[in-house]
Amino acid sequence: MKRSLPLFFAFIVGFIVLLSEFIPHSPFNQIVSTLEGWFMIISGFAILLGQISLIRMNTHKIAHRLPNWQYHLAGLISFALMLSFGLLWGMRETPGILGDAPGIQAWLGLKPFDYLFDNAYLPLSATLFSLLAFFIASAAYRAFIIRGLESNLLMITAIIVIIGRTSIGTMFTGWLPENLQFWHFPNLADFIMEYPNTAAQRAILISAGLGIVGSSLRIILGIERSYLGGDK
Amino acid sequence: MRKPLLCLLFLSLISLLMANSFSAKDTPWDDGKSIDLSWELSPMVKRVEISRQNGDEPARILLNTAESSGSFTDNELQPNNEYHYQLKAFFQDDDLTLLASAQTKEQWFYMGKLGFLILLLIICIAIIYYIQAARAGKEFFIRRIAGLDCMEEAIGRATEKGKPILYVPGISDLDDIQTIASLTILSHLAERTAEYDTEIIVPCRFSMVLSAAKEVVREAYIKAGRLDAYKADNIFYLTDDQFGFVAGIDGIMLRRKPAANFFMGSFYAESLILAETGFATGAIQTAGTAQAHQLPFFVVTCDYTLIGEELFAASAYLSKDPQQLGSLKGHDFGKLLIILLIVVGVILEILGVSNLKEFIAGAIS
Repeated sequence: MKRSLPLFFAFIVGFIVLLSEFIPHSPFNQIVSTLEGWFMIISGFAILLGQISLIRMNTHKIAHRLPNWQYHLAGLISFALMLSFGLLWGMRETPGILGDAPGIQAWLGLKPFDYLFDNAYLPLSATLFSLLAFFIASAAYRAFIIRGLESNLLMITAIIVIIGRTSIGTMFTGWLPENLQFWHFPNLADFIMEYPNTAAQRAILISAGLGIVGSSLRIILGIERSYLGGDK
Repeated sequence: MRKPLLCLLFLSLISLLMANSFSAKDTPWDDGKSIDLSWELSPMVKRVEISRQNGDEPARILLNTAESSGSFTDNELQPNNEYHYQLKAFFQDDDLTLLASAQTKEQWFYMGKLGFLILLLIICIAIIYYIQAARAGKEFFIRRIAGLDCMEEAIGRATEKGKPILYVPGISDLDDIQTIASLTILSHLAERTAEYDTEIIVPCRFSMVLSAAKEVVREAYIKAGRLDAYKADNIFYLTDDQFGFVAGIDGIMLRRKPAANFFMGSFYAESLILAETGFATGAIQTAGTAQAHQLPFFVVTCDYTLIGEELFAASAYLSKDPQQLGSLKGHDFGKLLIILLIVVGVILEILGVSNLKEFIAGAIS
């Protein structure tokens, strides 16, 4: 029963959602929007599970003084601070339990939640995102090391695209006559991005689409059950 | 002299009026939420204003244009309702008002998707046929997928080193099929780690994924007969925030130094940050995603990469279940069909015949 009921629901819901893709008439479109609403409601309740998991994991590490427990303490304090500020004084246009905190706003310029969001969360997030530039450089260096024909081709293509996407590209080959414009770096880079690159990406997308069809069919028909935790 | 002039003026006015038309029609083969409006006016028109007037509601201007002819689709309407439209045409010295009404109607089929439906049916029938053939005992050749064969190697290495395995089920919620595919792989991996008594860490970005992942890992440990080794705290929620989640995983990788990292599911801008940090820790890394833009990052930084379809085929491949393997043959049939359609489509386009392209693209000519 524990296994067959979810399988039954997966079949019914999967089939209805599939049909609704091709039948615009009610009740199919309404059922799909209702199901999406249900998912949002369940997600809302599930957030509580996430918070419980977060608090339990962190308190366990702090209580047992496990290695690096200080980080977990910092995480819990940050969580509690943001939660309390949000609940007490709200955020942006939304008032909190204690209203809009005009006194604090006059002092900080913003509500406490928004102040921390703008001055702590956003810079931290941007810092992490900016690391990407360095990671791209180190990953590109490894990818472009010449080992064989493929990596050679990869490196040549990458150099053309990099140069073509910068002003140096225009400077290098800007003097080429009209009939040789195809070899102008920016045009070559555009050609590579528009044709070979798009073709390869579309091939991946088409095969992924087929994989999704097969995977969904296996789930709807109950052949694929491992997402429920077991095969049988 | 005045009479012929008046006649001429009358005739020109009539012809002007005759040339002006405004029509409203229910959009065919749709969900009854839009109406197609079209107008054909004298080229002398200076400005055209179309508004919707319904019951006591104030008139809502939908369009302001200088084009003397054209069409417009009024969207987000209620199905099975009558809507009234007014077109005001402003000429040099005069203006003209035309009225039209139409009723929205829900249809029983999206005709534009007929091509997709036929393709889907053919592929589904092929998959079911191959599943049935596999059930009947027919054996199929399935090519090796290095990224999945390496699973044993990764678990073995983690076991030898006494280090954990890190499994990231992507950054999308449970409504993404890639996350479901990732959980099916997690089920197989968790079973193997339970057999080898190797620790598995699963950080989750969404609570729904957390609940599902916990259940999947627990069931896998039960299946392996090692429920005592199951650690519920190893499957945990980090944060909903994309880069906060990445920072958390990076921290785990740097502190715990897992012997093997698995990144399976949907990934976006964080893919390289994760994989590059994992590379720096010296872990054996396997990634799988259907996000074409993230694949190059994974290919560069990971030892093995499951590309697109391989992610969805993973569960069937790992299960070694003939029925599931049969379905993979169905995928191959789908690929063959699409290659054929592309070749035929290209030939027809070169010959100037666009019917196939329009049919597949869902365009109703």
